[in-house]
Amino acid sequence: MKFRGRVWKFGDNIDTDAIIPARYLATSDSAALAQHCMEDANPEFIRQMKRGDIILAGENFGCGSSREHAPIAIKAAGISCVVAKSFARIFYRNAFNMGLPIFESSKLWSLAEEGQVIVVDADVGVITIVGSRRKPVEINAIPEFMQELIESGGLISHLAKKYKEMNN
Amino acid sequence: MTITEKILASHAGIKEVKPGMLINAKIDIALGNDITAPIAIQEFQKAGGSKVFDKNKVVLIPDHFTPNKDINSAQQCKALRDFAKEQDITHYYEVGRMGIEHVLLPEEGIVLPGDLVIGADSHTCTYGALAAFSTGVGSTDLAAAMLTGELWFKAPETMKIILHGNMREWVSGKDLILAIIGRIGVDGALYKAMEFFGEAIKKLTMADRFTIANMAIEAGAKNGIFAFDEVSRSYVEKRAKREYAIYESDHDASYCEVMELNVSEIEPQVAFPHLPSNVRGITKVGEIHIDQALIGSCTNGRIEDLRIAAKVLKGRTVAPYVRLIIIPATQEIYRQAIEEGLVEIFLSANAAISTPTCGACLGGHMGVLAEGERAIATTNRNFVGRMGHPKSEIYLSNPAVAAASAILGRIASPDEL
Repeated sequence: MKFRGRVWKFGDNIDTDAIIPARYLATSDSAALAQHCMEDANPEFIRQMKRGDIILAGENFGCGSSREHAPIAIKAAGISCVVAKSFARIFYRNAFNMGLPIFESSKLWSLAEEGQVIVVDADVGVITIVGSRRKPVEINAIPEFMQELIESGGLISHLAKKYKEMNN
Repeated sequence: MTITEKILASHAGIKEVKPGMLINAKIDIALGNDITAPIAIQEFQKAGGSKVFDKNKVVLIPDHFTPNKDINSAQQCKALRDFAKEQDITHYYEVGRMGIEHVLLPEEGIVLPGDLVIGADSHTCTYGALAAFSTGVGSTDLAAAMLTGELWFKAPETMKIILHGNMREWVSGKDLILAIIGRIGVDGALYKAMEFFGEAIKKLTMADRFTIANMAIEAGAKNGIFAFDEVSRSYVEKRAKREYAIYESDHDASYCEVMELNVSEIEPQVAFPHLPSNVRGITKVGEIHIDQALIGSCTNGRIEDLRIAAKVLKGRTVAPYVRLIIIPATQEIYRQAIEEGLVEIFLSANAAISTPTCGACLGGHMGVLAEGERAIATTNRNFVGRMGHPKSEIYLSNPAVAAASAILGRIASPDEL
């Protein structure tokens, strides 16, 4: 997995109400949710972001509610991946389960600026800031089990297989 | 092992669980609501699911945007209802029988000590008050649990929180958990279990314990948990309709961190916008005028909370241009509030009383804030835009402070009345 995109920077404790406000949760339609992605954190974001852009956030990204609408909105908006210093537990789990690539890096936040282009190379485990002479920063390793989940196409396709076996 | 590790081990069918271990565990109860279950149902069907693993163990509650706030919400509730009918779900509660899920499930005896509970709602951690392992997950996880009756978990480290001393007047479980979050921060217990100890805990009512466990997620925790004792026994005994198991932490169980707090030093707490960790004691709040006060939610909508509110409101009225909205969390609590004369006190105080719903807490309906408005709320989150306009403000408190604030039109302690 390799992602190249422009950075949108957010601070610490970006909660799920900032990612997708509850007032829009009367639907689970991904395109409708995407229109309000990050609205309360940066109203300009959804108007100006381009497909493939990357969210770079501080500590505890996705804290608060368990709503899967949050990673759904981010993915449907066209964000290729999210890099944060750390993620809230349920968001972390949801992102893997529904196939939104997320990466932990404690260093990148203070090095990369909004609008800069970065390349996330998940296979090698590094992130490079394009046009910067700095050494690439390392990504925290993803647990093996989570990698398997991604490789089998998320939890549901993993389960569909298992369920079929159970019923045979 | 800790109580959390023991419950996880027994449900995974293994002897021992250590923090960091990935396990596959059997689920006793899987919960969804009108916001999260519709996605779970789609995923369940996508995975080829035709029957849920056990119709007695899947619980579906339309409580968030109910009674239906608009057409889209009505559609989501219908999806939930149709699925519940098709699957013949035992624990589906229609509007009129329904209550806020995390108050209703313990009240009905659906969750019991020693259970492993998952819910597609972050406040599922509430049931830790009953010595159960209980955690919030997303819709896809709920779909997986409905399909197989199992789910994967990474065993958390446990943080030991010891509470000493005696609580002052007007101080409740809400103030203790706000004080803890204020000290450790909104990610202070990230990925961890919070286990509560100490002589102050033994004196807490079940309502206070539910409130504390409920807000463990606000410190980033995976679960919050209490030991089983006489208080929980007397709560559970009259409600349980099946066997349950009691697990206790070993004396030599290992903890990643120990935190001690003397509750005698804690005054009623107020969490300022826009994080639950942004707390101050009530005497350090200053002059903050409010437009709305909300008493209710899965955090503080229990009968004990309404009794405290009534004690403060009795013989007094809400300040001009201020709205006081009171939401009993279940039909049973609503009935009790009528029988005990609390509703009469609320009506005389000019409060609006609502049927059970989560609506106002998450800016859905029944108390949405306008631009620039300020609310004091007994809920659990004061994030930007949580209760309405992104430029509104939420202050979190206990029910006594919320009631006193409604009367005075500014954030205040009942002592100021």
